Amino acid sequence: MATPEGLLYSKTHEWVRVLGDVAEIGITDHAQGELGDVVYLDLPEVGRLLAYDDIFGAVESVKAVSDLYSPLSGDVIEVNTEAASATDLVNSDPYGQGWMVRLRMTRPEELQQLLTAEQYAAFAAESAH
Amino acid sequence: MSEAMRSTCLAGEHVTLGARMVPFAGWEMPVQYSGIIEEAQAVRGHVGAFDISHMGRVIVDGSGATALLDGLTTNHVAALQIGAGHYSMLTNEAGGIIDDIIVYRTGQTEFLVVVNASNAEKDLAWMRRHGGADVTISDRSEATGMVAVQGPKALAAAGSVLGQALEGLPRFGAASVRWRESGVTVCRTGYTGEDGVEVIAPVRQAVAFWRELVAAGVVPCGLGARDALRVEAGYPLYGHEIDDEHGPVGAMLMWAVCMDKGDFVGRDAIAAARLEPPGERLVGLIAGGRLVPRQGYTIWSADECVGTVTSGAFSPIRGCGIAMGYLRPPYHVKGGSVQMDVRGRRHELQVIPKKELLLPKGAPVA
Repeated sequence: MATPEGLLYSKTHEWVRVLGDVAEIGITDHAQGELGDVVYLDLPEVGRLLAYDDIFGAVESVKAVSDLYSPLSGDVIEVNTEAASATDLVNSDPYGQGWMVRLRMTRPEELQQLLTAEQYAAFAAESAH
Repeated sequence: MSEAMRSTCLAGEHVTLGARMVPFAGWEMPVQYSGIIEEAQAVRGHVGAFDISHMGRVIVDGSGATALLDGLTTNHVAALQIGAGHYSMLTNEAGGIIDDIIVYRTGQTEFLVVVNASNAEKDLAWMRRHGGADVTISDRSEATGMVAVQGPKALAAAGSVLGQALEGLPRFGAASVRWRESGVTVCRTGYTGEDGVEVIAPVRQAVAFWRELVAAGVVPCGLGARDALRVEAGYPLYGHEIDDEHGPVGAMLMWAVCMDKGDFVGRDAIAAARLEPPGERLVGLIAGGRLVPRQGYTIWSADECVGTVTSGAFSPIRGCGIAMGYLRPPYHVKGGSVQMDVRGRRHELQVIPKKELLLPKGAPVA
């Protein structure tokens, strides 16, 4: 299970890459592994205002549906339409081409509540039995 | 995993092969090894193996066995030749389905009944409650393992391991063969829509059979692929399409009900249901995209709720979501278009007979 340094993580298995005042968000390697083959992404409209912990979409695998929780507050400025049409990118490259949304953060101080790679790796290992 | 969870004799093999184990019907079972889509494709294109040891295997034996089974099940047991089997159902007085089963005649007065894991105890109690002194009902599930080998190369693969030519075994037939100093039962049945066999063997031989299949290149497949394949094949699953409240009329399973064989539990209710105005009917549904219909999603036509999804899957063959569900007339008619509600949004579903979910061999994918 990969948990790259330099990203921040949520306990609902999203990752955050900070690019200035923009946060790029996807689901972790651990999450995609648990879900199995991803076949559908339900992503929000560009322009939608998300608050911390809002459900902003869903990721569907062959096995199950899993809600996506926003780890931060912000405006959706971009969604990854490429991943929505080639959903295997979420499995094969969860931290890269499998990103899901980009938010312009409205409350960047929320970043401090997120987990580091080390903290998330420990959390995920514990939650997997 | 809770302590009450049961393991099949192949549990160690699954862990060695890197399977992800999940609880299912009280058993710890492999849901996938390499991935559900890859495994399902292996079965459609080549051959896969499934551990189905969690299913119940019951021997009904004695001079009263035929009469008992004909009195409790929907299909015509007395008409079975030795070595033949059929799909059938145990029904209750109200005509609801206690379980769907396969009955094989293994001797003049001996039958093998294969039942769902989730219903094994209920079915055994039901049969024992109705059985008299002229019938012995024995549960063979603990002493044996059961492996399904499915796919266009299944007969060759299983036959090669067993050292037997299996091509002569008729569909739904069962034969006993000697293998590794023991009797092994080979049934030409399955739950995938592909050709193949289901093999019942004593625990030691079941493990050896599994290992040799995998060593020969047969792809180990989990419950995830098994479910996707059975939805593609339009096969019902207890707890989804059928249950104690749903009967064979609505589930479109009357082909497995023999109404003129004499009385059986549930016959009167089924006869009455056939005379009523048509109620909900089980149909096949094809989604317009990759979104997977899930059990419990409501189905709509304009502002009217007209049915419910009972099972859904991502179909690797079609490359889209497929499902089965109950629709009330006239929306169940082939070619109709309805919508499912997913998280507050409507998505198109095309209605087809459930047996048409599986594309004919070689058919172009729509």
